[in-house]
Amino acid sequence: MLEKALTGSKRYYGWMAALLAVISVGFVCYLWQFRFGLGITGMSRDVSWGFYIAQFTFLVGVAASAVMVVLPYYLHNYKAFGKITILGEFLAVASVTMCILFIFVDLGQPIRVMNVLLHPTPNSILFWDMIVLNGYLFLNIVISWKVLESERNNVAPAHWLKVLSYISIPWAVSIHTVTAFLYCGLPGRGFWLTAILAPRFLSSAFAAGPALLILLCMIVRKFTKFDPGKEQIQSLAKVVAYAISVNVFFFLCEVFVVFYSQIPEHMDHLTYLFVGLHGKGVLVPWMWASMILMVVSIILLVNPVTRKNETVLVAACITVFVSTWIDKGLGMISGGFVPNPLHHVNEYIPTVPEVLIAIGIWAIGFLILTALFKIGVTIKEEIAGLA
Amino acid sequence: MKSSRRKFLKIAGVSALGLGAKPVLDVLASSGEHEATSTPEIKKGKDALTAKRWAMVVDTRKIESEEDLKPIIEACHKIHNVPDLENKNHEIKWIWAEEFQHGFSTQEYEFADERVKHLPFLTLCNHCENAACVRVCPTKATFKREDGIVLMDFHRCIGCRFCMAACPYGSRSFNFRDPRPFIKETNPEFPTRTKGVVEKCNFCAERLAVGKLPACVEASNGVLTFGDLDDPESEVRKLLKTNYAIRRKPALGAGPSVFYII
Repeated sequence: MLEKALTGSKRYYGWMAALLAVISVGFVCYLWQFRFGLGITGMSRDVSWGFYIAQFTFLVGVAASAVMVVLPYYLHNYKAFGKITILGEFLAVASVTMCILFIFVDLGQPIRVMNVLLHPTPNSILFWDMIVLNGYLFLNIVISWKVLESERNNVAPAHWLKVLSYISIPWAVSIHTVTAFLYCGLPGRGFWLTAILAPRFLSSAFAAGPALLILLCMIVRKFTKFDPGKEQIQSLAKVVAYAISVNVFFFLCEVFVVFYSQIPEHMDHLTYLFVGLHGKGVLVPWMWASMILMVVSIILLVNPVTRKNETVLVAACITVFVSTWIDKGLGMISGGFVPNPLHHVNEYIPTVPEVLIAIGIWAIGFLILTALFKIGVTIKEEIAGLA
Repeated sequence: MKSSRRKFLKIAGVSALGLGAKPVLDVLASSGEHEATSTPEIKKGKDALTAKRWAMVVDTRKIESEEDLKPIIEACHKIHNVPDLENKNHEIKWIWAEEFQHGFSTQEYEFADERVKHLPFLTLCNHCENAACVRVCPTKATFKREDGIVLMDFHRCIGCRFCMAACPYGSRSFNFRDPRPFIKETNPEFPTRTKGVVEKCNFCAERLAVGKLPACVEASNGVLTFGDLDDPESEVRKLLKTNYAIRRKPALGAGPSVFYII
């Protein structure tokens, strides 16, 4: 089936070539980082994780959100989602690949990465993150590929595929839970030291991922003969509506605990993010923008009149995606490092090469996603006799 | 022909997966067994200083200004090839001075006496009894010795910096670039580091092995005392018995091995 990714319209080739160009810019920057060290980034002794780890965290969520189409279909026999499970799984494959790449470019000694396998350490959460991420990638590649193949050959999928699909449901929850455990088990970091971190991660994931999937479905409908379906898009929109509402609720729970208890080490980080601390607050406008956009998207998505209007829905989905990205991709990681454990306020701003490397990885993700969607959609068109 | 190639690829793929997974499966399988195989015995030198749990006491009453700390910091940084980087973001430091409000950020208060408020406090790795950095390291590149010292294997570290996020004392530094051009005078007795690895104070494990006290203690003019916390007759225990000493962030339960007499 891979050959379907190799042929296409001029527009398809043009898009892929553009992505390759972006990837090569990122790759050249990475070669520079590989030679010089992580000193070309904006990270420091105080903010020792930055943009890369933040993108990783955000994308683990997007990957996990495939469960929002898989679960209703397999557990509740919601047939409508059968049409788009493949798209959700392909999105998961592309996202997990980006996650793994973001971890890789963040390593100071990337050529030693196999030490994680040579000296396996079960007390490290990073060890478990490696297992769940690779396992999730494997599950989604196998399931999506075999299901598509059987669909193409007009045979029922093998029984073991159903078993794998059931396994992939709790597994999706595990990848984002383990990722939250990377942060929330650290004794000196008040911002992350909260049991609601994993639930918060999951709720924002189940908003951002399906929002992106809705946008992708609309792009597929516009540019191909395959229609993911109005009902499917509306069902996903409801998932996004309640996930983003729950996300804001969880955040407010955190705000209450932190500011009612008045414990300084827990207050300082939220204060830094939303009003600034000791005169420093580079993220303040971003965080407020994120919060306002989340509230706007709740209003647009919970209200059935606006949700059912597809133009408004597009705007709402972009709003959800951008607001959750700011929350996790900008604030969540550096917010935990500022102020540092000694209460010094040293801010973090990513550098240009750092951002270019990150954009390069996003482009790799979109390249994989486009190729996979191309394969999936072409086969769906063939089955429907449209091609 | 086609099917045999397919078969070969299948077998090759499964084998590759198996080779990669072997050590991982081994560790999961052996978690309940004795750890005899994983901790080989290391023979001690005949002059080596040994202890059950090494600890340090800082007598801050003997410090007047940052000038008193300079020789201590220099002694450490010189023998350990710690580079002097201009860019604050890339700074490497094993032992350094902090004000009370930073070193003891959870214990500061408005009405603390003036001497304590403005006194420089020596801060370094606490060689915690229950070290978060050791717990999070995915390769065991940072590990705890049986004498309580938390060490780094610079050759195993992959530079993921999980330990830096985990350390509640900000004691760890990362080599954001090749440190060698920034070492004024290289000490050939101690390894220099490469870019991309984490480093920190090692309680002079290399000096203890040949019967010498840590360099900072030697250079401190009696400000620093080093000894076995497990031995009731040791100097550190005697000091702690007769003076009130505090540790950094005691509420976290890390159990630091560095004590401060105020």
